[in-house]
Amino acid sequence: MSETAAPRFRPHRMIRSLLGPIFGAACLLATLTGVIVLVVLLGSILYAALKGKPDNPWYAIGANLRELWGLVRTVALNRQSSDPAAAGYRVGIVGSLWLLGLVALLAIPVGVAAGVYLEEYAPQGRLRRIIQTNIANLAGVPSIVYGILGLALFVRAFGVKALALGPCLLAGALTLSLLILPIIVITTQEALRTVPGSLRQAALALGATRWQMVSGHVLPAALPGIMTGTILGLSRAIGETAPLLMVGAAGAIRKLPRGPLDRYTAVPVEIYNYAKEPDRMFQTISAGGIVILLILLLSMNAAAIMIRNRFQRFQ
Amino acid sequence: MTTPERSAADSAAAMKPDDPSPEDLWSGHSRLLACRELAIAVVLAFCAVVTVLTTLGILLVLSVQTVEFFMESKVGILEFLLGTELRPDATPPKFGILPLAWGTFAIAFGSSCIALPIGLLSAIYLSEYAPRRLRSVLKPALELLAGIPTIVYGYLALLLVTPVLKAIFEPLGIRVPQFNALSACIVVGVMIIPLVSSLSEDVLSAVPRGLREAAYALGATKFEVSTRVVLPAGLSGVVASFILAISRAVGETMAVVLAAGMLPQITLNPLESLETMTTYIVQVISGEASYGTAKYLSLFAVGLSLFVITLGLNIISGLVLRRYREVYQ
Repeated sequence: MSETAAPRFRPHRMIRSLLGPIFGAACLLATLTGVIVLVVLLGSILYAALKGKPDNPWYAIGANLRELWGLVRTVALNRQSSDPAAAGYRVGIVGSLWLLGLVALLAIPVGVAAGVYLEEYAPQGRLRRIIQTNIANLAGVPSIVYGILGLALFVRAFGVKALALGPCLLAGALTLSLLILPIIVITTQEALRTVPGSLRQAALALGATRWQMVSGHVLPAALPGIMTGTILGLSRAIGETAPLLMVGAAGAIRKLPRGPLDRYTAVPVEIYNYAKEPDRMFQTISAGGIVILLILLLSMNAAAIMIRNRFQRFQ
Repeated sequence: MTTPERSAADSAAAMKPDDPSPEDLWSGHSRLLACRELAIAVVLAFCAVVTVLTTLGILLVLSVQTVEFFMESKVGILEFLLGTELRPDATPPKFGILPLAWGTFAIAFGSSCIALPIGLLSAIYLSEYAPRRLRSVLKPALELLAGIPTIVYGYLALLLVTPVLKAIFEPLGIRVPQFNALSACIVVGVMIIPLVSSLSEDVLSAVPRGLREAAYALGATKFEVSTRVVLPAGLSGVVASFILAISRAVGETMAVVLAAGMLPQITLNPLESLETMTTYIVQVISGEASYGTAKYLSLFAVGLSLFVITLGLNIISGLVLRRYREVYQ
């Protein structure tokens, strides 16, 4: 019998032994791109923030840090201005903190309640499936569409004067709350799923009602996960610009907001306004604002990660 | 002794010590408690329904105002969808969405060209190659990249990317405008890398070990296992993450506003300025178009188009994930 018809096994050892490491190196390089971008991003922002001041070499870390602190303090105390020497973010910082508080008040209770309903109460069925699909889709809606919703619903109320809030803090907070609601609901659900079923059964077996079981046992056990997700959601809200532009935070506002019905502006919006300016001097101001924003966001993220690591109980 | 006899004897012994009278038995929760339970359930259900109301609200707002736009501007639907000119300030104004659609898809395409390969390769590296220690450093770094606000990326385009592009192309005699599509593609691409890599990595890590071990046992190299076994097994998730990333790029606003400019035109030159749908919405709202004019209302028509496109992409992504998922038990 002839063996020539059957294809011979060719190991191609050379090519295969070369291809593997090349591919591995390419993958490593691709992964490092992300890290490099992160470093370049932070580095260039710090560089821009330090430009225009008495120049220190980059390795004079102490002097540079002092300069940076000086810049952050100046821009944190100054108000919006068309003069780069007097421009800053004071009104925006107060506005952002107001937004943070209001969004936390509005979005956290509703989001956690919706998550609890979907995980602990809702019967398996069509209603639950509809809500679940809907939340997944809402999480993918571009933020500017929420801005349009907020503009028509809260700021203008379809032209009904009596209900229209106008471009005030509350309208912005409501818009941002709707924006981060899906994030909070999804993370709450994930946190509730990690709570073992035996905890629920034990509570019910001792005669607890469903709410006593949820509020007394399931929610406390899921709290770290819920807090992590909530903080991440809030940090998303703080960094958003586009929806706030839509609901009227864009104007040049120099008065500090005193209540939820006052006009306001936020740090990212002011960064946008300064970044648009053609004057090179404003680059430093924008960079200073970004440093403030990133410090706020990074500390929130760090808190979230610490909570997650500290309380990882049921994993 | 047979079993039925024993169980009967046991239960008799259990009954013997004290036979509880009806009033000792727990009568169940009081009526007040039951009412409270019901009220709480209703409140929780209402909170869940808020999310559905949000979707309905978006649909209602966009469609009502879009109808109003078509009535106010007397532009036909076909003219809107197929018009190649967008000049809301001209007389008579022209509202053709094609330049915006072109800008949106050009930037989505360009940023995907950057983000999809890099994201996929990082996902493969993180799930197949990376040592555990390195992985525990790289993954949070990528997550951090995802948490940076988009306005920062826009600022980076102006501060760093455009000057670098200028330094590269201007000596060659190619004029690079301050606002150009390429710089927008680069920053949006970088922005969506973490989305692709983290979603794909989740799927690739979920591919069972047995599959890899079987391939190794047959003499496959690591490269072959990664590209011919693990990747095909997780393909549905990878494709779903690609579509989600494209949808993110379509809906991205601030980075594009600051990088690509506001010039609605249809061009193949990546160094020209473009305008996307999101940019147009920002342009209209920051301009002095007063409430109720055709220009103002056109914002909602463009918003509806944007919403439909991103929703469509998200739904397709979900379908791909569910339909083509390989289920391993």
